Parts: sequence; structure tokens; C-alpha cells
Amino acid sequence: MSNVIIQATDVTKTFMISGGFFQGKRPLHAVNGVDLTVNQGDVVALVGESGCGKTTLARMILGLEPLTSGSVEVDSKPLSGQNRLDVAKLLQPIFQDPYSSLNPRKSIGSIITLPLKVQGDQNPDTWRRRAEEMMELVGLPRRVFQNYPSQLSGGQRQRVAIARALINRPRVVICDEPTSALDVSVQSQILNLLQDLRSELNLTYVIISHNLAVVEHIATKVAVMYLGRIVEEADTETLFTKPQHPYTEALLSSVLTPDPNLDVPDTHLGAAYPNPVEPPSGCTFHPRCAKVMDHCSTRSPKAIPTSEGSVECHLYDKAQGAAA
Amino acid sequence: MAERILTVDNLKIDIPVPAGMLHAVQGVSFKVDRGETLCIVGESGCGKSLTSLAIMDLLPGKAIRTATTLELDNENVLDITEDKMADIRGNRMGMIFQEPMTSLNPAYTIGNQMEETLIRHRKASREEARDRAVFLLEKVGITAARSRLRQYPHQLSGGLRQRVMIAMTLMCGPDLIIADEPTTALDVTIQAQILLLLAELQKEFNMGLILITHDLGVVARVADRVAVMYAGQIVEQGSAKQVFENPTHPYTQGLLECIPIPGKTARGSHLGSIPGIVPSLIGEMNCCHFAERCSYASNHCHSAVVDLRPGFTNAHDYRCVMSPEQCADNLKQKVPA
Amino acid sequence: MANGTIAKKLPSADQILEPSPFQLMMRRVLGHAGMTFGGGVLILIFAAALFAPILSPHDPYTQDLTKRFLDPVWGATGSWEHPLGTDKFGRDYLSRMMFGARTSLLIGFSAMLISGILGTALGVAAGYFGGRVDIVITFIITTRLAMPVILVALVVVALIGSSLTIVIWVLGLLIWDRFAVVMRAATQQARNMDYVAAAKALGCSTFRIVLTEIMPNVANALIVVATLEVAHAIFLEASLSFLGLGVQPPTPSWGLMVSEGKGMMFFKAWVIAIPGTALFMLMLCINLLGDGIRDVTAPENRN
Repeated sequence: MSNVIIQATDVTKTFMISGGFFQGKRPLHAVNGVDLTVNQGDVVALVGESGCGKTTLARMILGLEPLTSGSVEVDSKPLSGQNRLDVAKLLQPIFQDPYSSLNPRKSIGSIITLPLKVQGDQNPDTWRRRAEEMMELVGLPRRVFQNYPSQLSGGQRQRVAIARALINRPRVVICDEPTSALDVSVQSQILNLLQDLRSELNLTYVIISHNLAVVEHIATKVAVMYLGRIVEEADTETLFTKPQHPYTEALLSSVLTPDPNLDVPDTHLGAAYPNPVEPPSGCTFHPRCAKVMDHCSTRSPKAIPTSEGSVECHLYDKAQGAAA
Repeated sequence: MAERILTVDNLKIDIPVPAGMLHAVQGVSFKVDRGETLCIVGESGCGKSLTSLAIMDLLPGKAIRTATTLELDNENVLDITEDKMADIRGNRMGMIFQEPMTSLNPAYTIGNQMEETLIRHRKASREEARDRAVFLLEKVGITAARSRLRQYPHQLSGGLRQRVMIAMTLMCGPDLIIADEPTTALDVTIQAQILLLLAELQKEFNMGLILITHDLGVVARVADRVAVMYAGQIVEQGSAKQVFENPTHPYTQGLLECIPIPGKTARGSHLGSIPGIVPSLIGEMNCCHFAERCSYASNHCHSAVVDLRPGFTNAHDYRCVMSPEQCADNLKQKVPA
Repeated sequence: MANGTIAKKLPSADQILEPSPFQLMMRRVLGHAGMTFGGGVLILIFAAALFAPILSPHDPYTQDLTKRFLDPVWGATGSWEHPLGTDKFGRDYLSRMMFGARTSLLIGFSAMLISGILGTALGVAAGYFGGRVDIVITFIITTRLAMPVILVALVVVALIGSSLTIVIWVLGLLIWDRFAVVMRAATQQARNMDYVAAAKALGCSTFRIVLTEIMPNVANALIVVATLEVAHAIFLEASLSFLGLGVQPPTPSWGLMVSEGKGMMFFKAWVIAIPGTALFMLMLCINLLGDGIRDVTAPENRN
């Protein structure tokens, strides 16, 4: 039915971190054996706390960060062998902070037309017209073509970043926290815009976010990451109504809906996020897990396929055994 | 009737800028009782953080603060000397900032910094101070508190640092705590923990709490009373229930439509939005500040100042020329039931 | 505020576009006293140097032993014939000052250009690529910093002789360290910005990224260092000339003039006071200008 556009297989990224003045370098497994499949037309959300590796994974898919091991295939071709320009035509990023993602020394016009220039587009005289069409599509007034980023508001800047990403009509857009640096009223505008553009240009999104309300609203599929692993993956409906992994449950319970009749929830996530250089043994989530069992601290769980995705937790070992 | 801890009446903050006078806060009034949580909510640039700094008398040098009344525990703190204010700050009023790393001194251990407050304000001995620090660190849920005292801020994670910050603010047993976006820099799971902790401690020590945030979810869950700020003014003020269940001002209504609410907002549907941008606050403005972005604005709104007025119920004020009934109707029409 | 009673319509989103960075910069240039003063005096010195052949009252090389050590106009033996007096060979001091300014500025700017290209290339490469490239270049910088400039210059000049060109090259190849250090730090900062990642994701070549994304954002630091290095080079040239190893007589140079006049210091103080003051003013103005540029071109959001 749907064709696969991004296929990440057993992707690993290890950074060497210097442990201090007299210690040698120690490995930090930022992403630790992740499989991710993105189908054409999906909106896949990567959620998790800071340090879980979601941004590193996105940067690897974009080709900004070399893989330590594993492979990423884009449109059935391995990413590593491909020309950067060809990848750029397929995949484009949108960053979190519109104040740092636009070069302050360049005009809006030259920022939006840069992708055409880089791709060696044959008709320079059409660049301005195409840029203006794109600006209209993302809701930017044409007169800002000559302006500089410092003259625009945060929301307008994010629209410029979106226009730059979309002008070459990529098929996949990878958005790293696209709205979290923006005010509430602007955030909704950008979310609406992303939704509209998706149907209009037939886009596929990979969205990184820690705002689960936003994820629930916009995503079709969610992957929950914890310490470099995807611990649960399911379609949005299933994940939000029937979360399986205890970590997903805790994450969902921490969403604060604006309901004055409810109190602040207790997530029961006692200990703080572990140091990724010294991950806990066994299941890395066990020190914070409310449903921890004896063998959780000794054995790492394996991914167990579910009806809608997969979950990595010993709670479901038995179910798998029964099915097998 | 609960004991009043803070009274702010007609607070104004003016900042001279090259282009003229920036009226950052324009006549803000509110009261906080012991054991009560007031949330000031608004978008960036609405003046909410400046308001909190003004109460602490920590405004940047150029800013000019004026007010009719500024009383802490029925005692005037408006025109007192800097020395007296320094005795109150950190002693009877504490402040928690967004980024604990910038408010903790990286060169001293957390024990040293915590003890110093008590020794300075209460002339306590080092041992008394240390005992209190350990007691409070345990109170904010930090294990092995006595050994933590010897750690430096950079050795702690963000969530732990914010807990230390809260414990430090509690050292002198303040009457009032002002928390400016205390959880914005933290992960969602940690955010819930910190908010829970703040709420518990506030009840236990019977303090007033002013929580400044842009997150409506936080406001709804934590606040007893809510003040919605827009462009230097409070546009709506009331209990959390009143403001969230009967939002009256068009801005409040708009804000609530902007956020997706799991289970309520249809997935993938269009969210509400507030067109336009916040007006410049430089120079005089004799009109409704929201008029330019309001879809119900009439000529009158563009030409006359609008005052706060009572809404449907008691102690629920809003700043709009439309009647409460009309506002409620607007909301009903927007959201087809 | 006088018309406070008259209703003011709020500016709409269209109207409150802020002034462009260029407009903002011009406003700040004119509001910066140090920069206006330094820039103004520098323009005068530049003009005097550039038009020296036309403006100078005498030939700077013509000797007239009958007119040795004439006072400037304000002195006892002074006249408007030689407004700043004459030196020990009876050459017109004002003319020599004007031609000397040419030497100073020529050496200052040429040495700055050479060191600027070398230092910027090294600094940007170290900052952008990091890793091993950075380690090697940092080592080169450290090595260079360990060498005392004046001594090395003295040795080189003593070994291969002295001329204007040699002085320029020696200085240019010695004073690139500050360029490298500053550019390395500035590049490291710019490299981590999201717009660089965005350009990479667009498939831009490294060359294009460095040229169009990094360079414009480190340019203000570069300009500041460049002005300071001009002053530095002029100062070093004067020192070398004073020691007799810089520009060779009879070419006029301010440092050389101080050196030539040092024997008369206690009898005719103005002989060294005039080039000394000129050097001091030039240094001061270049530094004022450099500081001014740093303040004025600071990132747009600083106000």
C-alpha cells in the first residue's frame, strides 16, 4: 500500500567523550541500534527526553552526522553512497530555533533562493518568481524579500526556514522541534501551515518534539526513544490510547492539558534521567520504572512486535512466548 | 478570609529606549494570599517577567518603577532603601528563575550557597544553617542530602539543580515565592515533578506563590488565580476555573484555541490562531491593546482606552468593551458544539 | 506625548518592520564619538599621505646644509617657509612627515593584508574543520606565539638585508597570530549555528559554506583585528627603523625620524616630539576606529 521512503536499519552513533583530565575517552552511545521505517505520506514523531538521541538520529538521516554503524536508505538507495545534492533534493530539515537557522548576514531572498542556486538550477531569471510563489505559499508577504532575518518576527523567520526547505520540493521534511521556540499563538499558525503544506505538496514529515500534545495532534505514527533506543513504536491512536511501555505511560501522564479541575500528575519517575555515558544495566529504564521486575536489571529486553508496531519491555515477554 | 501576603496596585514600568519611552507594564494590580498560587500567563514581551522583577526590585538599571501600592504582608516595600530591600529579598521573598544554572554560582558548593542565605539574613550559626539545608534538600526529594552539600552546581542535572534552587529559596522560610518559568528549561517528566513539589511545599509552608509561565497547561493545573497579560496589561483575571471554563476576553479565548488538547481537538484539524503581532509599547497608546488583532474590534476599540470590568461572576475581571454574554456567545459560535 | 489625547492607531504588522541592519549601523556610526574622531583624523592622515607629492611644500630628499635644525613656526628661528622646521640635513620636516606617513601606512596595510590572509586562512580552517586540522594549526599558532617578533625580525633583517619590501614581508609573516586566534574562535562559534547545518543539508560545498555562511558572520571580528594589526605593524616598523634595521635612509619614515633625531633630543625636543606625536595619534585613531567598528557591527540584536 504505502511505499517506504526512509529505512534506517540498526543505526548506531557513538561519540567519544573525554572523561576528565586524567581519564581516557569513554564511549557515549547516543543512538544504539535503532530501526525506523518511514512510509511515504507518514508523519512520524520521535519523542523522548533530552539526551535520548532523537536529534542525533535525525541528523544521521539527514546525512549531517556520519553513522558509526548500520545503514540508512532513502528511497531504496543507501544514503552513504549518494551525492549530497541528490539527498538534498529528497530530504530537508527545519530547525528549532529560527534565530539561529537563518544567516543574519543574508537577505530573505538570498536565503530562499540558495537551494536553487546550489542545485545549479538552469533559469536564474525564474528564481525570484519561484521564491515569491513559495513565500506566498508559506504566508510571507512579498516585500520581505529584501529584508534581513533580524527584521522579522520569530514566526516569520520560521516561515522563511520552511520556504527554504520546500522550494526544491523535497519529499521528506525533518522538523526538529519546529514550534518549541515560538509563542503559543505563533506555534498554532506554524502547525496549521505544516499541515496544509503536507497535503498540498504531498510531504512526509519526521517530527522531533517533546510536546506530546503537539505530537498527538499532527503525527500519524510515534516512536518513543529512551537512552538511544526506540522503546515503543505505534500509530498515534494506539500509542495515546493504549500505551504499552511503562515509559510511554509516564510520558503521557506528564502531559498537562489545560483543565483546571485536574492537579499536577505524579509520573512516578523517581530518579533523574541517567547519565548516558554510564547507562543502567539490563533494561536501561529499570531504575525509573514503576513496574520493574527482578530480571529487568540483568537482561536487556528485545523488541517485541505488536499489532501496530513494537515495544521493548520484559512485561510483554510472556505474550511473545505465547504467540510463538 | 485568608491572610493577604502581597498587594500590588497600579504597577507601572517604563523603560527609556532610543525611540522614546517603552511602557512595558501599564498599571497592573493583583493580590496574593498566603497559601494561594497566582499564575501570570502571557506571551513573550507581555511584561510578565518584568512584573515579577519589579516586585523584587530587581529591574534593570534604566527601568522606572511606579505603583500606588506595593505591600508585602501589609508593609510598604515601595519606597524603602536598597539595604532594607536586600534584607527582604531572599529572606521574606524568594525567586526561582528559569535556568537554575545562571542563578547558582558555579564557583561555590551548593551547601555553601544555601547556608550563606540563612547566615546572612538570620545570623544563624554554620551548624544550624547546615542542618536546615539538609532538612530542605530532603524535603525537595534529594537523596543523600548531606553529601550533596559538597557538590558544585555543574555536577547536578537540570532537574536536581532546580530542586536545589527551590530548597535554597526556602532557607529563610519566605512568605512569598516568585517562580519565573521554573520548568520551561526542563523535560516534561521533570516538569511535572517540580510543579508537584512546588505545590506541596507551598501548602506545607503556607506561602504565597506567583508562577510566571506561558504554558496554559501548567497554569490550569497549578493556579488558584490566573492573570492573563497582554501588551503590558492584565486583560483577564479570575480563578483558574473561571478563566479556563468561561474565558471572556477575546485574547484568552484565542490562546486557548491555539493549543491542541489531546482528546478534545480533532487530530490533524486546524488550530485556532491569533493573526498579527504584539503592538509596540513605545509611546502612548489610547486604545484597546488587543484591538489590532481582535476579530470583533470596532472603531471604538481603536480610539478609547478599555478598563478592567467585572465578568459573569465575582472576582473575575476582563478588559473588553463587549459584555460577558456577548463574549460567551462569540466563543460558542467559534466552537460548534 | 503632547498629543496624548489624540487617539493613536496601533501600527499594523506591515508598518513595524524594523530598520535594516545597514540603517541601524549608520545610526550607530554617527552616534559613536570615538569612532567619528578616530575615523576623521585617519582620513586627514590618509589624505596627507596620498597627496603628499602635491601637498608637500618641499622635496623630502633635498638637503640644504645652511638650513639645519630650523625651528618650527612657533620656535625662535621658525618661519612659514618650513612650518615644522628642518632636520639635520636641512630637509623640510613637514614634507618628510607627509612622505613618512606614506611609508608607515604602506607598511601597515601591506603587512596587515599578508598576515590577514595567512592568519584568516589558518584560523578559519582550524575552526571549521576542527579535529586533527585544529590540533596542527593550534600547534603552529603556539609556535609562532613563542617567538619574540622584534628579535626574529631583527635576525631576519640582519641576515638578508633591509628594504621596504623585506620589512613588509617579515612583518606580514610574523604578525598573523592574532588573526588566526580570533578567526578560529569566531569560526568555531559560527560553525555550530543551525544555518550552517541547513546549508549542509542543502548540499552546499564546503567552500561555499565557508565563503557565504561563515565569512560574513566572522567579518566584523576580522575587521577589528585588521585595524589593530595595521597599528601593530606600523608600531613594529617604527621600532625596527628606530633600531636602524627597518626602512633605510634617506627614505622618510616616522620611526627613522625619531631615531635620527635622538641625538638632538635635549636641544631640539621637537625633532622627536613631532614624529612621536604623529605615531601616537595614528595608533590612537586606528585603535579608536577598531573599537568603534566592534561596537557598531556587533550582532544586530544587541542594542
